[in-house]
Amino acid sequence: MSKRFKPSVVFKDNQVTDEAVYHDRRRLLKSMGFVGASALLSGNAYGQGWFWEREEKPLAQQRPLEFTNNSSFSTNDTLTPESKATTYNNFYEFGMGKDDPVEEAKHFQTDPWQLRIDGLVNKPLTLGYDDLFNQFQLEERAYRLRCVEAWSMVIPWIGFELGQLIRQADPLSSAKYVAFETLYDPDQMPGQKNRFIGGGIDYPYVEGLRLDEAMHPLTLLSVGMYGKTLPPQNGAPIRLVVPWKYGFKSIKSIVRIRLTDKQPPTTWNILAPNEYGFYANVNPSVAHPRWSQASERRITTGGVLNRNRIPTQPFNGYTEVASLYSNMDLTRFY
Amino acid sequence: MKLLNKPWRLSKIQRVTIKSLVHLFSLGYLSIIFYLGIIDNLGPDPVQALLDKTGNWAIYLLVATLLLSPIAKVLPSPEPLQFRRLLGVYSFVFALAHFLVYCAFEIQLDMSLIGSEIIERPYITVGMTALVLLLALAATSFNKAKRMLGRRWQKLHNAVYLILPLTVLHYTWAQKSDLLSPAIYWMIVIAVFYIKRDALIKIIMGKKIVPSGRKKRQAISP
Repeated sequence: MSKRFKPSVVFKDNQVTDEAVYHDRRRLLKSMGFVGASALLSGNAYGQGWFWEREEKPLAQQRPLEFTNNSSFSTNDTLTPESKATTYNNFYEFGMGKDDPVEEAKHFQTDPWQLRIDGLVNKPLTLGYDDLFNQFQLEERAYRLRCVEAWSMVIPWIGFELGQLIRQADPLSSAKYVAFETLYDPDQMPGQKNRFIGGGIDYPYVEGLRLDEAMHPLTLLSVGMYGKTLPPQNGAPIRLVVPWKYGFKSIKSIVRIRLTDKQPPTTWNILAPNEYGFYANVNPSVAHPRWSQASERRITTGGVLNRNRIPTQPFNGYTEVASLYSNMDLTRFY
Repeated sequence: MKLLNKPWRLSKIQRVTIKSLVHLFSLGYLSIIFYLGIIDNLGPDPVQALLDKTGNWAIYLLVATLLLSPIAKVLPSPEPLQFRRLLGVYSFVFALAHFLVYCAFEIQLDMSLIGSEIIERPYITVGMTALVLLLALAATSFNKAKRMLGRRWQKLHNAVYLILPLTVLHYTWAQKSDLLSPAIYWMIVIAVFYIKRDALIKIIMGKKIVPSGRKKRQAISP
């Protein structure tokens, strides 16, 4: 026979902690001097440290964006599910595993943000966080994204053409190249703090385009995907998208765009020049030294039995850019 | 160094239980990851996840196989040696699964591509070499094969000391710029080689084993 539960301690209402106080307990403890003890213990290990500190760092938030559809630039290929595109990322600032960035970047703060456009321009300018979303009409474009590792996705980006921004800065006639730079903030980016987490890359991550490539209408500065602002692991608050080049060209979390007269250094080219070139155009006939680039696995839905290996197209199918490279030996300038 | 005064023995039932658990966990784990892969519940790219998991476990089991004889010496107990074949064969099973995942799910049975990748990509050539050697060891792991090969059996099975570094080289070469995980694997290889230095010296010099700390005439061959 079961016995009726009888509490050994009976509380009156006035003895029970108020719910509001309960939910606010961590802050209250701190304000009562507990913060002194915890600060003494944790030192500057804030980032990986004590669970109550970690919990208090606000989570990065995504919000919906307003945009138009520009279907003439969009592919009809099946989209990669958002849940896959936001959890399978190469963003070594947040670790080398594909599943590291979604976890390590969840507290990444992007507001306030400053994006500077300078170098060989008449009107250098700086965009603040809100400017990224207000200065230009945002449009949605579904692009194929081909990673140099021979997998690909189809992602609905939201953004504006890089050319619009560059025209606003009014480049000098001597400008021939555009150099990009990712944020350098080791406190927020563990990979920049520790070379074992960041893969031995010399940070900040840098990328570059020829000016005519940068001005091409396909070249996008993206501030969102799947209808919302970018999540941190995909390069919030603003990233480059160059759909006819391998994914590593599409630099994330950009703080600086500099016009120059010399070909700028680019991160993966510095790290392994025989494997990654400056141009990095998607090209099925030029193999990576360690694997073929002739075909790719398209990541959409379906498990391992899904026949998702498809032939890779020259310029990732964006053949309208081929004229940019006429008279160039693309096996030499890979 | 000896941890126990008396050699530690297992009863037959304990031995059978441990072996059954190894079978259960290995086959269970393989079935679970393949099932999750098929229903697309193994992360964003289930093919890569299967490649990583099968490859890693092949290495872990290989290392475990190699560590059983030093553990037997330290305890001392002959019992760990009872499980060498079992773990070694499962290392092969995981390596084979790794290769089959690559062929069937990564390359998706484009036979000409599989052939050219094995020949043209050094890191795949190295991995393939290790797999073929493992196959040779697994195929001669039966008692009958052991009897038939006689003294040559041990010579053949010394190839395990080549397979381990080949496997880790294959892993290292496949990385884009990761330094830490290959460094850890190489430290494990060095540790295993250090622990087994007597056996290695014997293999390299082609001499009978002289365990450190014993005089030559007291040496007993296993």
